[in-house]
Amino acid sequence: MMTPIEHNKQSQTDNLVEIRGMSFYRSTRAIFNNIDITIPRGKVVGILGPSGTGKTTLLRLIGHQLQPDSGTIRVDGQNLAALSRDQLFIQRRKMGMLFQSGALFTDLSVFENVAFPLRIHTRLSEPMIRDIVLLKLQAVGLRGAASLMPSELSGGMSRRVALARAIALDPQMVMYDEPFVGQDPIAMGVLVSLIGKLNKALGITSIIVSHDVHETASVADLLYLLADGEVISTGTPTEMLNSSDPRVRQFMQGQPDGPVPFHYPADNYLDQLLNPEAQ
Amino acid sequence: MRLDVLDRLAQFGRLGLGFLQSLGRSGVFLFLAIFSRSGFTGRGTLLLRQLYNVGLLSLVIVTVSGLFIGMVLGLQGYSILVHYGSEGAVGQLVALSLVRELGPVVTALLFAGRAGSALSAEIGLMKATEQLSSMEMIGVDPLKRVIAPRFWAGVISMPLLAAIFNVVGIFGGAFVGIDWLGIYEGSFWSGIQQSVDFVDDIGNGMVKSLVFGIVVSWIAVFQGYDATPTSEGISRATTRTVVYSSLAVLGLDFILTAVMFSGL
Repeated sequence: MMTPIEHNKQSQTDNLVEIRGMSFYRSTRAIFNNIDITIPRGKVVGILGPSGTGKTTLLRLIGHQLQPDSGTIRVDGQNLAALSRDQLFIQRRKMGMLFQSGALFTDLSVFENVAFPLRIHTRLSEPMIRDIVLLKLQAVGLRGAASLMPSELSGGMSRRVALARAIALDPQMVMYDEPFVGQDPIAMGVLVSLIGKLNKALGITSIIVSHDVHETASVADLLYLLADGEVISTGTPTEMLNSSDPRVRQFMQGQPDGPVPFHYPADNYLDQLLNPEAQ
Repeated sequence: MRLDVLDRLAQFGRLGLGFLQSLGRSGVFLFLAIFSRSGFTGRGTLLLRQLYNVGLLSLVIVTVSGLFIGMVLGLQGYSILVHYGSEGAVGQLVALSLVRELGPVVTALLFAGRAGSALSAEIGLMKATEQLSSMEMIGVDPLKRVIAPRFWAGVISMPLLAAIFNVVGIFGGAFVGIDWLGIYEGSFWSGIQQSVDFVDDIGNGMVKSLVFGIVVSWIAVFQGYDATPTSEGISRATTRTVVYSSLAVLGLDFILTAVMFSGL
């Protein structure tokens, strides 16, 4: 039998998320086809890939908002599919998620949005909640916007408030869905640094889904590149940037021509233009 | 020809299966929303807020409609009964029509149009803007936090609104009958007192409005939650709430009336 110290040591080396043989379909189209992904505990992992490859879907699958058609997804050793509805909601308190749209509650002010998880899941006193909310808002540079309503914020500001809300409970893992979209260069730099600091200071495991290769590579310990429903490459940012695989090089260097098509699958362009009846 | 008939049969079967599937999903949805522990504080405040949104804000349309319907009943009743010298029975006509039928039914139809559609649109928009998803990821079940208080607010509000509709309608009938058309005040009110039974009429009317409250609120919250998260999807959900609720209220009213009043 393991002692508590041994157990802690083992859990420190565990992977926080383990996806094995996972497939997910939308109608007949395979979004993921038998993929394996490992998110090591305490690391920043970037998930890269062209638009429409299912990066956001992957985050929803990890949070069990969607269920895979086959394979398993274990988070912190738990197979979320095996949990009851109430247990699942308890398990989700260990996760924070930054949605692409921010997804702030429109009937609550910025302050109340960040205070929401604290009010629901803790019995902290009002002064304590106030201090934590101000700390989180200060970290994303929006302490001065505490009294504003979500409708008064820009898209980038909404996402920063959503980030403050996602880390309000100091979760074990934060999933960032396109955190750098719509941010000005200053906010972008602050966000990159904040994700790194959260990871190092609090030991939070971070999963970043993004198109912004350089920002993601600058903060990530490990990158996964998804395309055509599969993991086409994985490695450290340096390994990926120096990869000889033409698909990886094309994406990492943003080249328009290469094996990864820019266009969604379609009939021949000229044929379609010249034969309107054929459509 | 035979293939065409088979196609139609298959289409009919698919519609039936779709309906049953939707009914099953909405049943599970309602069960999860109202029969599980909420696990968070502040439920009372949430319910009060929804009682304000769903109930109190529907008060104006319900009161004004009740007043006019009562006035119209008084006027129509008088114009017929006066030929038989029975204008004193106008009070009885107005009160029984309102308490047994028009109160619960018209209130439910108004409620579906005013509050039901608003509930569906609000929940549908929360879905479209990922507010429900973000709530899930914060570890809060939206069925308990968003759906349950709205459902219960609808169930509680409907009988109260129907009661207010009835009272205002009777006063509307009294205004037209007594103050305008000159019916003797004593016969108007005593007619009501003698003919309206507390259990058979008022009680059954309240049971009807409670059933309508459950059905309309259920349809409204489910349609919002099940809406396709697009502007068109929300528009369809809102329309479906009003159409399904109205049809359900009218159909159930016939069944409940047959059960409650056939022996009277």
